Amino acid sequence: MMGTKSRWARLRRTEAANGLLMISPTALYAILMLAAPLGAIFLYSFLTDGYLEIIRDFTFANYIEAWTNELYRTVMVRSLGVSMVVTAVTVLLAFPIAYFVSFHVSPSRKSLWLFLITIPFWTSYLIRVFLWKVILGYNGVVNSGLLGIGLIDEPLTFILYNVNSVVITLAHAYAPFAILPIFVSLEKIDRSLLEAGQDLGESRFMTFLRVTLPLAMPGVIASVLIVFIPTIGDYVTPQLVGGPEGRMVANLIQLQYLKLDNYPLGSAIAVSAMAIVTVVSLIFVGLNRRYLKGRKA
Amino acid sequence: MKGGWFKVYAIGYLLFLYAPIILLPMFAFNDATIIAFPLQGFSTRWFSAMLEEPALRIALKNSLFIAVTTSVLATALGVFAARASTRYRFPMKAGLMGLIMLPLVLPEIIVAVSLLVVLLGLGVNLSLWTVILGHVLICTPFTIAILSSAFQALDQSLEEAAYDLGETAASTFRLIILPLVMPGIISSLLISFTISLDEFIIAFFLAGTEPTLPVYIFSQFRFPLAVPVIMALGTVLVCLSIVLLAIAEYFRRRGIAKSGGKDTGGFL
Repeated sequence: MMGTKSRWARLRRTEAANGLLMISPTALYAILMLAAPLGAIFLYSFLTDGYLEIIRDFTFANYIEAWTNELYRTVMVRSLGVSMVVTAVTVLLAFPIAYFVSFHVSPSRKSLWLFLITIPFWTSYLIRVFLWKVILGYNGVVNSGLLGIGLIDEPLTFILYNVNSVVITLAHAYAPFAILPIFVSLEKIDRSLLEAGQDLGESRFMTFLRVTLPLAMPGVIASVLIVFIPTIGDYVTPQLVGGPEGRMVANLIQLQYLKLDNYPLGSAIAVSAMAIVTVVSLIFVGLNRRYLKGRKA
Repeated sequence: MKGGWFKVYAIGYLLFLYAPIILLPMFAFNDATIIAFPLQGFSTRWFSAMLEEPALRIALKNSLFIAVTTSVLATALGVFAARASTRYRFPMKAGLMGLIMLPLVLPEIIVAVSLLVVLLGLGVNLSLWTVILGHVLICTPFTIAILSSAFQALDQSLEEAAYDLGETAASTFRLIILPLVMPGIISSLLISFTISLDEFIIAFFLAGTEPTLPVYIFSQFRFPLAVPVIMALGTVLVCLSIVLLAIAEYFRRRGIAKSGGKDTGGFL
């Protein structure tokens, strides 16, 4: 009795126990509300859909359907393509901004710039997406502007209700996500390294390529992942500006769950999409492993 | 000038970022039903129409209830996790923190469908509370990001001094730690409130028959005649979030200044 009590008392004093105790409410919440539900859709993806209930027969049929059905495959390939293009565009456009704020803005004004960059991200996502429809539409801002200055004779139609509009809108929505990680890694760079590079005879551009860029890579990798992974599951943008040609995997998942009531197939599509995203992300991180090596966590 | 081209690029980029937000008030105050150029003249009729919309009022009430509850719960969970991760080393730390932070990158639709499956499987009726469950999940990582920097800036010797002077763990937390991280807590409450108020997918899947503000907005996009009112509503929401974010930013900076840290900028 005494022995167990004092052992318990000793355990309670250890750092490990204190830490675990402290994190337990949040950790339990994440396990119950995130890990378990993710496990559940994984399980559902192997069950069979009956008309009114889920039949507990183990099957791969949902995956076979998700991977062989022409429609699902097209949407999946398109989603992956859109995400990759959005990621490339977003990160390439974001890098100069992050570089500008980190290297050319005086330290006292950096917060202001970051604040300006993040504000659009916090304002009604739905309405922002809808406004892109207004900007890109048949008699929208872009078309009336171009018509007005006489650059085109009739409105452009290839910029709305297809993959292009989805890419533009998503690149806009995820811009701050891409800027912040790159900015953080640029801020960490010891400025004397750059001077050393130039003192040793490298040009400014070569110093950038051989010193700045490799040191900024952890931030670039983080921003690629933080843009790529959520964009593939975006629902609102393809729904509002994508048109029939711009539908993505989230629209398919929504259709299966809320319209067709086919939870097992919806789950199989969701699990497949996440598996593809994970594999692509791991390959990407693997290819860039050398930049992450020797970095303190 | 230093970085001249960069500055031109940066301003162009900001224009791209702000393009939709600049258009929003233009159409909200435009005296026409169709959302297109050229503008027809100044009018505040969409704002008065907005105030007379009963469905909007219900949706707003639902959203405010969800956002307030979510911000309190997510910040509370964030305090535990941020304190644990900055102060202690413990087994499975990376794994647990990874799981807790996962919603930051996980597509929201995955969070939504997985919760839907489990809740329906358990026979739980969809309500505002089921939306709150999901919103707490996606807001907690943001609160942890904000609160971690607040807790990291704490000088541990202050805490030790309090113990030496005879305070207990609980009273030290209340008298020393809490006041120092208070700006972080306020900032985290405001950020979660803003995220929850704006969140659509999870509410769309889990709200059942009670619409939240974004669900209401989404449903109105189907009716072209309803869109100008939505533009007016959007203008109000944008102003509201800018005010909330400015307050959050103020407290975040004050928190850093209070604990003698250096501002590294940004929310994340």
